[in-house]
Amino acid sequence: MSKGIWVVVEQTQGNIRKISFELLSQGAKLAAEKGEELAAVILGAGIGNLANEAGQYGADKVYLADDAKLENYTTGAYTSVLAKLIKENEPSLVLFGNTAVGKDLAPRVAQRVGVGLASDCTTMTGDAAAYVTFSRPLYAGKVNAKIASPAARPVMATIRPNSFPAVESAKTPETINVAVNVDATDLRAILKEVIMQAAGRVPLTEANIIVSGGRGMKTAENFSILEELADVLGAAVGASRAAVDGGLRDYEFQVGQTGKTVSPTLYIACGISGAIQHLAGMFSSQVIVAINKDPEANIFTVADYGIVGDLFDVVPLLTEECKKIKA
Amino acid sequence: MNFELTEDQTMMRAMVRKFAEEQCLPGLEERDENEEFSRELFDQMGELGLTGIVFPEEYGGVDGDYISYAIAVEELSRVDASVGVTLSAHVSLGSFPIYKFGTHEQKLKYLKPLAEGKALGAFGLTEPMAGSDASGTRTMYVADGDSWVLNGSKIFITNAYYADTYVIFAQSDRSKGHRGISAFIVEKGTPGFTFGQKLKKLGIRSSATYELIFEDCRIPKENLLGEEGQGFKIAMKTLDGGRIGIASQALGIAQGAYEAAVKYAKERVQFGKPIAEQQNTQFVLADMATQIEAARLLIYQAGYLDSAGKPYGKQSAMAKLYASEVAMWVTTKAVQIFGGYGYSREYPVERMMRDAKITEIYEGTSEVQRVVISAALLKEF
Amino acid sequence: MNIVVLVKQVFDTEAKIVLSGNTQINADGVTQIMNPYDENAVEEALLLKERLGGEIIVVSMGTQKTVEPTLRTALAMGADRAVLVDDPALEGADQYTAAQALAKAISTQNYDLILSGKVAIDDQSSQVPARVAEILGIPHVNVATKIDVQGDKAIVTREIDGGIEIIETPLPAVITAQKSLNDPRYPSVPGIMKAKKKELKALSLADLSLSAEDVAAKMTVLEYSLPPGRQAGRLIPGDPAQAAAELASLLHSEAKII
Repeated sequence: MSKGIWVVVEQTQGNIRKISFELLSQGAKLAAEKGEELAAVILGAGIGNLANEAGQYGADKVYLADDAKLENYTTGAYTSVLAKLIKENEPSLVLFGNTAVGKDLAPRVAQRVGVGLASDCTTMTGDAAAYVTFSRPLYAGKVNAKIASPAARPVMATIRPNSFPAVESAKTPETINVAVNVDATDLRAILKEVIMQAAGRVPLTEANIIVSGGRGMKTAENFSILEELADVLGAAVGASRAAVDGGLRDYEFQVGQTGKTVSPTLYIACGISGAIQHLAGMFSSQVIVAINKDPEANIFTVADYGIVGDLFDVVPLLTEECKKIKA
Repeated sequence: MNFELTEDQTMMRAMVRKFAEEQCLPGLEERDENEEFSRELFDQMGELGLTGIVFPEEYGGVDGDYISYAIAVEELSRVDASVGVTLSAHVSLGSFPIYKFGTHEQKLKYLKPLAEGKALGAFGLTEPMAGSDASGTRTMYVADGDSWVLNGSKIFITNAYYADTYVIFAQSDRSKGHRGISAFIVEKGTPGFTFGQKLKKLGIRSSATYELIFEDCRIPKENLLGEEGQGFKIAMKTLDGGRIGIASQALGIAQGAYEAAVKYAKERVQFGKPIAEQQNTQFVLADMATQIEAARLLIYQAGYLDSAGKPYGKQSAMAKLYASEVAMWVTTKAVQIFGGYGYSREYPVERMMRDAKITEIYEGTSEVQRVVISAALLKEF
Repeated sequence: MNIVVLVKQVFDTEAKIVLSGNTQINADGVTQIMNPYDENAVEEALLLKERLGGEIIVVSMGTQKTVEPTLRTALAMGADRAVLVDDPALEGADQYTAAQALAKAISTQNYDLILSGKVAIDDQSSQVPARVAEILGIPHVNVATKIDVQGDKAIVTREIDGGIEIIETPLPAVITAQKSLNDPRYPSVPGIMKAKKKELKALSLADLSLSAEDVAAKMTVLEYSLPPGRQAGRLIPGDPAQAAAELASLLHSEAKII
């Protein structure tokens, strides 16, 4: 009996994020294949009720580090608790979401534990020799790498959101309360303030549907027609680099190699020509729709459905049609 | 013999390319459509030191070489030929004669801000009756006490209206022909110096082109450039160097059109395959690339000779003649590759074709270049 | 204030990826540029230096032939000198390797702050800065959109999912730059001409008293593959109203998304 597969669960204000359920679901599959147990590791304050929620997605065991010092995520404290737990229990595999927290925490923990880290993986396959292999897109998806950690244990990885489905398989997990000993060195960097944006749209990287606009949008105001479509679809609104460089949209909404890499179920590209650096950021979307008045636009070479037409005509009509279907 | 660019030149190319793509490309179509000059882009070029490449540090320059300067104009013009000619006219025409023929005081007062890009320069030679033939100059000057007084007009003056410093050619006595021509430095805002019509143009539409009008325009004695009667020589020497700038502009236009054509040929499918797989297209692309490379080598050779202090008049004329004709040919073929789309303003090649034409005309038409080249080579035997 | 900036050269964003066999990415003829986010890190260092004085040292890893243009670009932007870890044993490096080598090189310098881009656009792992901080035993703050240095501490605004955080960290620390941190300057012509005269010191592992085992990679690339090309799908004909209706219905009934 080896030592198990761990999922570092991410919670904000007492809610487990969807990516963590995706990891637990996929972790449960691999655990069954390996004959090992699946453990969720949850850090926070006042989070006792989350153990059972992790169980809903297949966790056999929950390590609960529940302490006021862990109320908000801080690199120092979280690294300290997690690295210590890993060293003590020596799991086979530790998975993180490739989120802001995962990207910040995982490399630091990996370095403290002295192992490698597979970042931003989109697939994970059990392997006899290397325990598990991952594939991860490089150059924003222009190439895939299959990678493994041949010797160092645990194997650690961050997994891109939307890579695996979240599947419920209810278990009643054994809860282990973790003693939290955080010292002054861990608390050197102090979190002064957290300012969350008004709840509204889903973040781009987690969205199931993204409506995106390019240079063809012409003005910042015109993005309102994409927002209307996004409202109907419950989608996020993205932009190409050309639109961001042209000042039509803020950088945080940029999809592409120098912006965000996304893989939603549906990506609707409006007035986007399809520069290679943009395609790189949305290439792995399940279904791509392109609306562009230029029939030669490169975006049509990757689109599942294309409409050659003026987006200012087509998009509002599409919004109306979607309303009808949703109704 | 070494055909590789130096590390500096390579970095300069990368920098100017990035600048052109990030700063000149946005708004390019609107500027072309509205014939709108961007002083802001010129100011940025000044901050980057592009305006001072070929001038000494003492006068606000960076002591660079002419190949670097050629590369800068080429890379700007690859994206936006109007910005390319703004720099070329500023450096080669507006600043160079002051550097070459000015006094130390004139250089400190006028060349330094020009080289630093704090002032914009222009060059007023052409007149309605004096195009390729400078000896037809009708703008007149007379000495009057401590001043020179200018009367007449100039046409087709690049950077005019926006420029701060003008090198102006005027005649003292028409019976003296070109020996009666002198050069003067005239500041914008000098009483009696105004601007006439803005020229509406086929291409390079976002470069500024205006008429200059002199009506009893009084300038101080010390603003004579060189000696009295030396104007024709100053003009000819200036145009020798200016050709490197225009040749580089032509090269940049050709390079931009060629790249657009290759990209499009790989995307555009006709008869079931990309047109880049049709031999006809392939041959056109091969000819484009070959001619562009030949033009580039001629320009860099002229730039090398200039920097090395060797005679370069013939080479710069060859470079300008060849590069401008290559630009016209390449852009015309690029429009052909794009077909109907190439003729529309949805794609950049029609603009490039419009921009290319002027390179066969200004700073010496192709015919004048042939005159210069043949005169030089006939002397060699 | 002495600032170390970690920079990396990467393929240009417009570059196409070509493989040599299935374990190597072919770099022949590919335009290489400074990682765009590292430009923001260099710019921030320059802004801090303009305000506080000090020295800017750019540090990188790789073969001199490949990396020198990027280091020279940073020097042309205004950095003072460059340190490069160049050793044949670094072939096949992973993020662990890079962090070990870079942290050791940094530890030989005087520094008050270490800056880097938030991610390198080639391998996109976002690991090295945090690992370097861990090795050096100092805090790291990722994805900074604002850095306010006040004496021996920095107040950093950083992006998190769905919002921002404000973090106060003692210095030295590692801080990684988001693109919106600043607007990187272009290297100027005089800057370019001065850059070649600035010091670029190449260090081998032996110079850093590191053995090949100290930097041995933890991760192995088993294979590279190009993603399956997407087939162009179908164009939906008709006037805008027809096309929009048809698209909505296809997304509903065929793709089953809406």
